[in-house]
Amino acid sequence: MAILSKEEAQAILKKVIGFSKADSCEVSLNGSDGGNIRYARNAVSTAGQISTMSLGVSSTFGKKTGVATINEFDDASLQKVVKRAEELAMLAPENPEFMPPLGPQTFAESNTYNAKTAAMTPDTRAEMVGKSLSVSKAAGLDAAGFLENSTRFNAIMNSKGLFAYNKGTDVSFSVTVRNKQGTGSGYVEQGFNDLDKMDTLALSKIAASKANGSAGAKAIEPGKYTVILEPLAASDIIGNMFRGFDARSADEGRSFMSKKGGGTRLGEQLFSENVNIYSDPMNTEIPSSTFTGEGLPVKRTQWVEKGIVKNLSYSRYWAAQKNVQPLPFSRSMVIEGGTQSLEDLIKSTEKGILVTRFWYIRSVDPQTLLLTGLTRDGTFYIENGEIKFPIKNFRFNESPVIMLNNVEALGKPVRTGSGLIPPMKIRDFTFTSLSDAI
Amino acid sequence: MRRRDFLYMTGVGLGASMIPNIPAFGKIISIEESLTPVDVALKKKMADIALNAAKSKGATYADVRIGRYLNQVVATRETRVENISNSESYGLGVRVIANGSWGFAATNNMDDASIAKAAETAVAIAKGNAKLMEEPVQLAPQKGFGEVSWKTPIEINAFEVPIAEKVDLLLKVNSEAMKGGAKYISSNLFMINEQKYFASTDGSYIDQDIHRIWPTFTLTKTDAASGKFETRNALSAPMGMGFEYLKPKDEEKIKGGPVTMYKKRYDILEDVREAAVHVDEKLKAKPIAPGKYDLILDPSHLFLTIHESVGHPTELDRVLGYEANYAGTSFLTLDKWESKKFNFGSKEVNIIADKLETGSLGAVGYDDEGVKCGKWDIIKDGILVNYQTIRDQAHILGLAASQGCCYADSWDSIQFQRMPNVSLAPGNAALSAADMVKNVEKGIYMFGRNSYSIDQQRYNFQFSAQLAYEIKEGKIVGMFKDAAYQANTQEFWNSCVQRCDKNDYRLGGTFSDGKGQPGQASAVSHGSATTRFNGVNVINTGRKLG
Repeated sequence: MAILSKEEAQAILKKVIGFSKADSCEVSLNGSDGGNIRYARNAVSTAGQISTMSLGVSSTFGKKTGVATINEFDDASLQKVVKRAEELAMLAPENPEFMPPLGPQTFAESNTYNAKTAAMTPDTRAEMVGKSLSVSKAAGLDAAGFLENSTRFNAIMNSKGLFAYNKGTDVSFSVTVRNKQGTGSGYVEQGFNDLDKMDTLALSKIAASKANGSAGAKAIEPGKYTVILEPLAASDIIGNMFRGFDARSADEGRSFMSKKGGGTRLGEQLFSENVNIYSDPMNTEIPSSTFTGEGLPVKRTQWVEKGIVKNLSYSRYWAAQKNVQPLPFSRSMVIEGGTQSLEDLIKSTEKGILVTRFWYIRSVDPQTLLLTGLTRDGTFYIENGEIKFPIKNFRFNESPVIMLNNVEALGKPVRTGSGLIPPMKIRDFTFTSLSDAI
Repeated sequence: MRRRDFLYMTGVGLGASMIPNIPAFGKIISIEESLTPVDVALKKKMADIALNAAKSKGATYADVRIGRYLNQVVATRETRVENISNSESYGLGVRVIANGSWGFAATNNMDDASIAKAAETAVAIAKGNAKLMEEPVQLAPQKGFGEVSWKTPIEINAFEVPIAEKVDLLLKVNSEAMKGGAKYISSNLFMINEQKYFASTDGSYIDQDIHRIWPTFTLTKTDAASGKFETRNALSAPMGMGFEYLKPKDEEKIKGGPVTMYKKRYDILEDVREAAVHVDEKLKAKPIAPGKYDLILDPSHLFLTIHESVGHPTELDRVLGYEANYAGTSFLTLDKWESKKFNFGSKEVNIIADKLETGSLGAVGYDDEGVKCGKWDIIKDGILVNYQTIRDQAHILGLAASQGCCYADSWDSIQFQRMPNVSLAPGNAALSAADMVKNVEKGIYMFGRNSYSIDQQRYNFQFSAQLAYEIKEGKIVGMFKDAAYQANTQEFWNSCVQRCDKNDYRLGGTFSDGKGQPGQASAVSHGSATTRFNGVNVINTGRKLG
């Protein structure tokens, strides 16, 4: 029941729109079906299976909008939710930023769905976790991990004739492997749309190897170092930067994209010349929906080209204020890289630090986008192109904007938290103190 | 609406008109509906169906939680209302032990057959999990309490206060901010009512009615010429109170310092007027010179340092490794507790867990596995003496009973170990914050939470504040910018030299402490009086972009 076909979703949405008496009505139908397993101390701790579907109705009279949701789908319930949204609209204050619904749009067919992932069962999950546990148990290590999968759909329709439907799947896995003495820790994390790409055995072996390799870490002085950030580490930091590409906050003087004296930094060389960033919902490695929640088509967009800011994101309201076209953001962010592997980047480094991942990243100064956080689960000293020894974790204070000005080399991008991100070699990365945490 | 969805939605300031962000479970309901609780006899009947179904399938223990979670949000920006929503999430979760292993299932279909099916599913999951079990669950004994109830001691139910009154108050806040020169101001009111029913095969039927409130704002001024902007957030604390929290009383204010502070009542209009002045000061503040400073930390700031550096590392599930893949482990390993002499902090440091503290976010009569709540020492005169436990952990510490630290953020979330209110006791000797400042030669007086970060074993941390005032030779002489302190938890708490007395004691807190996979949110308070720490390392966080 939770995953409806395009036709089934369309039938419900048409019925809901038919019940509407408002000036305009926008309806959204979402469903998901999935499950998870959590484990720690080499044993399963919790497991669950969740199936949900809900309908949201947004009704508008003039510039007064009301929203109501429901998770029952008989005719009486559908009529009730429409009535509730209309009652709320009559009570609501006028929204001066109200934008009328879009008319029909054309969307590309997304490639977010994978049948094999959709067919995952509790047994599939248990088997995948079993493979992970076999690695830690055989190596005399402790594993704690989380495996989750979902199939979901989203359909929207409005009273101006717009309709869009998307169905997708996800499977994600993360595991932390620690040695029994608590002196070494390793971590991996991966997410895909396609189950066949997920290899919990191989991933757990990497985490186990890092757990053993990071034991007995030495302390070195904090300071500025050349770092090689694995894709997960790079993603941890850069993911915090993308919201700064919002045109409105830049125009309002409230972002690192705001220009001294007013205006934005659109068109400026803000990063190194080897930094190219785009988003594309059709990217086969990191596909996403081809429409926004209000029905704007999402297309390939170049955000940074040779270090120059080429686009900022405009909501429909702000675009109208600035007399430009709306430009939505996409989840499928790609930072272009090269062909070098992580190992190639290490080989080319005279002195530096390899970072597996970062942890507890928080904004310190929104003006400069300065972030703080710590390395975690495998930090290593590199000398003459080789990993020499594990080092204690560091706290960093660094801005992704400054970091992307100090890019020495980029490797081959891989799918990770915030998109398709390459391993990065960065000079003068600022570590400010040591941590004894493992 | 589930708590985490509510917090997500409100946390990013999304309007209710944005359809894609409507949560999967939430149901927008009328105010009248929110004031009609489910009949307790009906809840008992449903609970018995679940417990009997679980037992009949082989469960050796079962508990059932019937939750009705109400959230109300009023959000405004400048002269307009951005969002008003009143939502409900209602359903039932069953947890069982079968074949020595845990199982859990939940449903929002509250008919007899669906309830029984959920219980049977939980037993099936437990039996499936038992195949991967290392050792069977050991549950600390807990006597049944029969039919009992508990309610947050509120004076005014926030859900009964007309929306118009709330909107009017927030728009006045915005108006005061703009009169004070603010270009941007957003103000919000979050109200939560958890109507929770718990029953177990121990023989408890516990009905609880829990209320929380959080008024807050963010005021921003920009300077186009320099391209700079500064903000100040409200210095309110989210509280386990009703709407009376927003009815200010002069006797609950602490005046005389650089910032007016509030105890059990909050004057949001006064706070926003002061915030407008503070932001001007921030725009002109001088950069701090890095080095060692004596810190005087107001409770509006110190609560978060307590939360991160004391609350989390003393959670026993973290100590044991159950959070290793997400939030991390803890440096406070069992051997340190067993030694009975681990020097966590100076003798000034007395940390108390209290699940009953009036006005706190974590105050409940019973936890989510039917344990009556209480109070205990965690750090006594600087020594680690205890942790925070739930029923299946108590035996590890040799305890005869759980400490009642179990909580789930929704009926469809699995209850697990969450932090109680963890607080620093005030000093015994009479001392005001103003007097404390007089003895500081080179220091910083910090108010309000800002940036915070701590490592995965809770050693190394960095905090900054909404307001950082320079203290020179016993006097406040101006405001610093770009100040953040970095320390190691143990060193920091050993640098604690002085606490103000109980007259200065106040609660801070958070609505959204995250933990677990899938993640859950929990609300918790931390109290302290203004406290002094000597010789803490302070860095300058100012940077320049190209």
